[in-house]
Amino acid sequence: MISLTLVILVGALFGIGVSLILRRSLTRIVIGLGLIGHAVNLLLLSTGGRAGDPPIVHDDGHVEHLADPVPQALALTAIVIGFGVSAFLLALAYRRWTITHDDEVENDLEDRRIALMAREGRLADEHEIRRTPDNNDGEGLVR
Amino acid sequence: MTADVALPAAVILPVIGAGVSLVAAPSRAAQRVITAVTLALVLANAIWLFAEVRGSGIQVSNMGGWPAPVGITLVADTLAAAMLVVSAAMLMIVALYTVGSDSGDDASAAFHPVFLLLAAGISASFVTGDLFNLYVAFEVMLISSYVLLTMQGTKSQVHAGMTYVVISLIASVLLVIGIGWVYAATGTVNMADVSLAMPGVEPALRSGLGVFFLLVFGIKAGLFPLFFWLPDAYPTAPAPITAVFAGLLTKVGVYTIIRSQTLLFPHEGAWPLLLVLAGITMIIGALGAIAQDDMRRILSFQSVSHVGFMLMGLGLFTVFGLAATIFYVINHIVVNTALFLLAGRVEQLTGSATLRDTGGLMHRYPWLASGYGIAALSLAGIPPLAGFAAKLGLIQAAAVEHSWLIMATALIASLLAIYVITKIWAGVFWGVDPHPERDRDAGRWPLTAAATAVAVAGCLAITVAAGPVYRVAKDAAGELIHTGPESPYVEAVMP
Repeated sequence: MISLTLVILVGALFGIGVSLILRRSLTRIVIGLGLIGHAVNLLLLSTGGRAGDPPIVHDDGHVEHLADPVPQALALTAIVIGFGVSAFLLALAYRRWTITHDDEVENDLEDRRIALMAREGRLADEHEIRRTPDNNDGEGLVR
Repeated sequence: MTADVALPAAVILPVIGAGVSLVAAPSRAAQRVITAVTLALVLANAIWLFAEVRGSGIQVSNMGGWPAPVGITLVADTLAAAMLVVSAAMLMIVALYTVGSDSGDDASAAFHPVFLLLAAGISASFVTGDLFNLYVAFEVMLISSYVLLTMQGTKSQVHAGMTYVVISLIASVLLVIGIGWVYAATGTVNMADVSLAMPGVEPALRSGLGVFFLLVFGIKAGLFPLFFWLPDAYPTAPAPITAVFAGLLTKVGVYTIIRSQTLLFPHEGAWPLLLVLAGITMIIGALGAIAQDDMRRILSFQSVSHVGFMLMGLGLFTVFGLAATIFYVINHIVVNTALFLLAGRVEQLTGSATLRDTGGLMHRYPWLASGYGIAALSLAGIPPLAGFAAKLGLIQAAAVEHSWLIMATALIASLLAIYVITKIWAGVFWGVDPHPERDRDAGRWPLTAAATAVAVAGCLAITVAAGPVYRVAKDAAGELIHTGPESPYVEAVMP
């Protein structure tokens, strides 16, 4: 049987995680990914049967409720990998902060340049394009 | 030597090499020798394994002696063994290219160990017979690629790296979810065992899982509409690393799509969803490439377009289609690596790889221009080069199935591909040099030039050996097309 609490928890963690990932701020994205990682681990765990059952056979060979040990092993591996990746992501976010002093995910400049070019039917130069610091949700680029 | 040695060695050799390389970190020269020796061993091992698979069928090794489905199984069928050989050869060429150049691509002590770990991750993705182990192999590969992409820590790299890391992480999370669901549905993560258990799963759930896995691996392969991150992320890495990413990493995605859709979620007849996505991918990738100005960005979009071609053969789900797809994948790995290395050479020699800032290179570097000519014509599918044989195979497979729409789409995309390579040719190699005053001879590094030449020679080698390579692809397709208990893969893993 799958525990309802676990299902609701997984759903809530996924929801919060996704909503955080959709933000422009990098720290929120990192936290969002962390939450989704937890949700996935719980999802894996929930495929292994009822909580609280022992994952190993008792001394006398008596097996009544046996939790499946495989999902636990899988979740453990996923936790370790998630830990490493989060550390890398935080290092990258810090590196970004040391370069630009903000943690916002910018638009792709080359992409914007091509779009501008297409709109005006000609080649645009780099100096024609600069990013306005306060325009984060629209085009991100003005002439 | 047996498969019990050779199969794990494909993964463990580069890991050991990475460890030794870390110890040797103070000396760059030692690290370079270790990388070269390790990759040479990996290549030799892959060739031995390939010969063994061709000689005596699918090779299986159970880790720790636990038989499937309890233990982790490593499997090399014809497809996996062929991919191992091609990827090892390409990694070797790229390593030599990097070592030969003085552009500082391997200036960091971490470069060589991480490059070898990337090799380990790629090999593991090809040989693993276990879904969760595939996730671990993917992570080894991806984390190495994150580090390689952002190694210099420049602003553009950190920017592109961020997007790439976040997208890849989301794909990884989805993969774990998919594996969890497969485990909940079948009670196993061994691919052969899942393949046996799948017919017992409710059809709706089964096709849902199939689409979900297509989505997950499609992000990695750059399938429409999941490719947007690719042309942004790839060109910012150092040139040789972009060559590995575009040449191999997207193909690992394609490989896993082929593996999962044939073994785990087989289809009766053509799969319209995949064909539609493949068609759109072809066209959108080619149109995106036309709009670009930077050589590496053009080629990145072009790679997206070619992923569409590869998946078109899979979408037909016939032996012909699969054989053409496998031939296409093998050819495209070599051609794409060569093209990105050539783009790197252009950048090394002129300081820029944009069409605006370059021109007239044909007069100054005739060999570079002819190398690009060969690789680009093969990419576009001009006879007699191997790219033509690959495209012809796909078109024929579509014609046999009367899939006229996808056939027409493929032909249009091929036409666009010719326009794209001509655009690079006209912008970079023809015309007049816009900056004749620049020092053009900064990057004349013999080893790097030789590695690029070997990659181009690889394109020619596949052209000359198109017959044997196609036979290998056809045998690989023959192994993949059978499903359930008749699948040779399943028979080998669970006798």
